Amino acid sequence: MTTGATASLSSAVRTSAASTAGNAQRVDPSFLPTVEALSHENIRRCYYCLKCTAGCPTAYAMDYGPAHVLKLVQLGQKDKVLQSKAIWMCVGCETCWTRCPNGIAAGHVMDALKQMALREGYAPAERRVLVLHRQFLTSIRLFGRVHELSMLALYKLLSGDLFTDLDLGARMFLRGKIPILPERIKGMSKIQQLFAKRPRGQE
Amino acid sequence: MKYSYYPGCTLHSTAIEYGWSTEAVCEALGIDLVEIEDWNCCGASSAHSLDPHLALALPTRDLMRAQAVGADIVMPCAACYGRMAAADHKMRSDSAWRKEMEAEFQTEYIGAARPRTLVDVLGNDLSPEALAAKVKRPLNGLRTVSYYGCLLIRPPDLTNRWDDPEHPVVMDRILKALGAEPVQWAHAVECCGASLALDRADVVTVLSGRIVQGANDAEADCIVCACPLCQANLDSRQKGISPKVPVLYITELMGIALDLPGRSKWFAKHLVDPRPMLRRKGLE
Amino acid sequence: MKRIGVFICHCGINIAGTVDVKRVAEALKDYPGVVLATDYMYMCSDPGQSLIRQSIKEQNLEGVVVAACSPAMHEVTFRKASAQAGLNPYQTEIANIREQVSWVHQDDKEAATRKAIEHIKTIVEKVKYNESLIPLSLSLVKKALVIGGGIAGLQAAIDIATAGYPVVLVERSDRLGGHVGKLSGVYVNFNAARDLLESKLQAVQENPRIKVFLETEVEELGGYVGNFTAKLKHRGDNGGEPTFSEHTFGAVIVATGHSLRPLSKFGEYGGGRYPNVIDALTFERMLAPDGPTGGEIRRPSDGQVPRQVVFVQCAGSRDPEHHMPYCSKICCMYTAKQAALYRQRVPDGQAYVFYIDIRSQGRDYEEFVQSAMTEHDVLYVRGKVARLYEEDGKVIAWGADTLTGKPVEVQADLAVLATAVMPAEGAVELAQRLRIATDEHGFFSEAHPKLRPVESLTAGIFLAGTAQAPKDIPETVAQASAAAAKVLSLFSQRELVAEPTIAYVDEELCSGCGLCIPACPYQARAMHPWKHKAIVNEALCQGCGACVVACPNKACKLRNLTPSHVLAMMDAYLAEV
Ligand SMILES: Cc1cc2nc3c(=O)[nH]c(=O)nc-3n(C[C@H](O)[C@H](O)[C@H](O)COP(=O)(O)OP(=O)(O)OC[C@H]3O[C@@H](n4cnc5c(N)ncnc54)[C@H](O)[C@@H]3O)c2cc1C
Ligand code: SF4
Ligand code: SF4
Ligand code: SF4
Ligand code: SF4
Ligand code: SF4
Ligand code: SF4
Ligand code: SF4
Repeated sequence: MTTGATASLSSAVRTSAASTAGNAQRVDPSFLPTVEALSHENIRRCYYCLKCTAGCPTAYAMDYGPAHVLKLVQLGQKDKVLQSKAIWMCVGCETCWTRCPNGIAAGHVMDALKQMALREGYAPAERRVLVLHRQFLTSIRLFGRVHELSMLALYKLLSGDLFTDLDLGARMFLRGKIPILPERIKGMSKIQQLFAKRPRGQE
Repeated sequence: MKYSYYPGCTLHSTAIEYGWSTEAVCEALGIDLVEIEDWNCCGASSAHSLDPHLALALPTRDLMRAQAVGADIVMPCAACYGRMAAADHKMRSDSAWRKEMEAEFQTEYIGAARPRTLVDVLGNDLSPEALAAKVKRPLNGLRTVSYYGCLLIRPPDLTNRWDDPEHPVVMDRILKALGAEPVQWAHAVECCGASLALDRADVVTVLSGRIVQGANDAEADCIVCACPLCQANLDSRQKGISPKVPVLYITELMGIALDLPGRSKWFAKHLVDPRPMLRRKGLE
Repeated sequence: MKRIGVFICHCGINIAGTVDVKRVAEALKDYPGVVLATDYMYMCSDPGQSLIRQSIKEQNLEGVVVAACSPAMHEVTFRKASAQAGLNPYQTEIANIREQVSWVHQDDKEAATRKAIEHIKTIVEKVKYNESLIPLSLSLVKKALVIGGGIAGLQAAIDIATAGYPVVLVERSDRLGGHVGKLSGVYVNFNAARDLLESKLQAVQENPRIKVFLETEVEELGGYVGNFTAKLKHRGDNGGEPTFSEHTFGAVIVATGHSLRPLSKFGEYGGGRYPNVIDALTFERMLAPDGPTGGEIRRPSDGQVPRQVVFVQCAGSRDPEHHMPYCSKICCMYTAKQAALYRQRVPDGQAYVFYIDIRSQGRDYEEFVQSAMTEHDVLYVRGKVARLYEEDGKVIAWGADTLTGKPVEVQADLAVLATAVMPAEGAVELAQRLRIATDEHGFFSEAHPKLRPVESLTAGIFLAGTAQAPKDIPETVAQASAAAAKVLSLFSQRELVAEPTIAYVDEELCSGCGLCIPACPYQARAMHPWKHKAIVNEALCQGCGACVVACPNKACKLRNLTPSHVLAMMDAYLAEV
């Protein structure tokens, strides 16, 4: 499918969206090319066979499966996609990429969509996932390595998810698997420079 | 055999027994691990989820530092391996990016050292015969199922196919050399839920539970894995499963077979204590 | 001096839009030798041609230059027109001012016009030196070679032999019939494949003009249309040395059929590891009364009758990333057939078909697929299976239904993969021996995808059946009959006519050094048996000119493109620049 064909597809969708006014979403024709550029994936090759979705470990817990997300991207349904749980539930296991007949890495598209959602101020549908990712990166920013104890404490505080797995954490701690003090690397200035270079919206 | 060594954060914390056993086994096998000086965290799935630049730049710092050792980089963690392999691939395939990183770290990227996973090195650089020759306590009668999860062998575009992405065999080959009885099962490459371990424990419980149940169905004595994340997920999410299945690192079993000292402290770190099972098998 | 006419074509605006045709005519009018230079809207049209014919007669033209499109388009047209007016056709030449001038210089009309003028002048110079030639006539052996004894090869052999010409049918395996011999019933009527085949086998047996060689392959093919020489290799008895035989043929039909993508290529389906994951051909054998189970459906692992069967369509087709990018065309239909047959034989069994699209173009085909769903209760699930694995003696299929978006897991007893249709083993090597082309997958290439679908690019070699692309029995048989018709129309000629514009050797100058022999890419050169001079095989020579360049003694020349021609053309060209 060429860009031209996509554009005309999108406009066709817009007409039908108008006719089912109310629950249909406005189409954003620039969405597909933007996501393709961000993810470096050729999303228009997807012929919606769902091989990815059938093998995706977390698809059952997603609101849209990976293939549906790609389809919604093809159809320019930006809001639906960026507000979805699916993009936060992908664990990046690359199973979809390994099997897709058209070589599409849906996981990479999910990553691009997460980043886009943050940049454009969409509230994440899985807030805890975001909080944990952020605390993980904070840990790296502070120490260059991950320090579980401080990361988990902050995560628990910020996510409000105070009680899940407390017993598990305690068991780990008792087995000496969670060090009390962080390891701090020497080259912190470089790490901080790398963090400082991040594009806006991702801090 | 010399390698540069990237332990990754977990081998100093939640997977400390993996770190200990890796170092002990490599020493016993004459594998010289030279730890990358002042390495940093690869960024794991958090970086690639939120920040494509960091996701590549963080591991690239490690790749650059590893060049000082001048040998393939071995890493025990599958998630680190996935990030390092992606960063290395980017450096090799995108010259504009390579130039940017070379300027950033003021180092030229020669690309002579390749990121490799520990199992690849143990199973492919070492012949099963050579390994078998060093075995002092064969793991006779131990039924094992090998668990790879996803990132150890996927995506094939990044792993160079060091093992088959759908039906991997290298771990079983090692285990056979150790005298164990690897059993065929269907869950070797199913994902355990990986990075959702803390924030969506419910999902991980379902995914990991299915895998542990699969090991029980195969009547395995233990699950053998080669990744701290997999181990933690499988080891910690066994509520309601009976009997509970010990989840051992492949290096721990090698440690037993090679009869290495100090191993009891490894097993003390597990949530599902493997010692009763090992005792039953006469392998403690 | 020769009286030459120049005819400049507008080709509508194709040429005249860029080249100033009036100015070109003006510039040529006074060129030495040119007695007439004129332009016309469409030279190839009837009035255009009659303008040429009339001018030849009225002006007593001895040479004609048509400045128009590529000679590949209309050289024959204009040479015929000249001949009708009594001028030897080889006195007519084309100056290509469309593909080589107007189309490539649309942005610079002035330069295009100048280039057209230069171009025509050089061709005028060539025509001045042209000789009147007569076409060559070549002998024609009216006997055909058919390679491959599947339904395609059988049909082609029968058609040619019935028309009265002898045929040699060469089959690599130890029996005729190809894949059809392995099938159970065929869609869309479940007729026994054996019966279809029997009628053809009988026709072959009864026809004394068909000579069948089993366990035989084509070792070498030389010669040219009308006169191929073939060396056949026959497998030796009981593993002994092979024997060889040589034959001559006028035409060849390639009907080597197809193979299937090997099961072992399907890692995610455990192909080749799990006994109860099989390909569709193995399932056909189970369904066939002459198969290993006598027509009973029993799964390989334990001989039990499977109660749940999963069919996986597009296995290895439409998968540019890991397998073949094309659609194998037949598998939607035969899967419907197999699932329906399974339901007939195991009435309490359940059949699931995982598909991405249903391709059912053919008379009654769509109705047939529908009947599999409605009359035979086959459950169709739209989605590709992600993974098959064995557990507790079951084959577990993980799929998803795209229509509901829900994952589907089937605990099946048997999984049947509709594996991709691929070229027969050894097809690429055979193509090299026959000097015909294949596509990137190894299917033999036709000369033109729309207009010459049964011819190869090599004259006298024709294609039939799945050797050319995936197709089912009716299409295969139709193509085989079409290829046979092409052979028959070739054989209906008394002799073959060939272009005379080829190489010749000036015996006075030839030193017999032999350098031209390896230089010729068409094996058209040889040494005269006793004269110690090179000779040209006129049927093989393509007039490429490689020998002319190789010859150190200028003994080798091309008719109507001698050094005198070339020098005169160069002079005309250089005079302009
Ligand atoms: C599982 C399955 C089910 C099918 N069911 C149906 C159906 O129900 N209805 C239908 O219409 N079609 C069906 N088909 C398609 C049908 O089988 C083909 O259309 C048909 O076999 C094509 O005939 P062919 O002669 O072109 O090729 P083939 O049948 O492949 O025959 C080619 C012959 O050439 C021989 N050969 C190959 N290479 C050489 C060589 N180098 N030298 C000499 N000999 C050689 C081979 O040994 C073989 O005998 C089915 C196909 C499959 C795989
Ligand atoms: S497997 Fe590939 S082609 Fe199929 S639905 Fe998923 S992304 Fe699309
Ligand atoms: S990478 Fe994400 S979308 Fe793809 S299979 Fe894994 S979890 Fe699913
Ligand atoms: S002779 Fe060629 S250039 Fe002239 S009208 Fe015909 S097609 Fe066009
Ligand atoms: S014919 Fe049907 S099953 Fe076969 S490749 Fe084409 S679409 Fe797939
Ligand atoms: S009827 Fe036409 S459009 Fe519809 S499936 Fe058939 S070929 Fe395609
Ligand atoms: S012109 Fe070409 S084909 Fe003819 S004899 Fe010379 S080299 Fe061979
Ligand atoms: S190269 Fe020339 S001289 Fe030598 S054999 Fe051929 S034609 Fe004669």
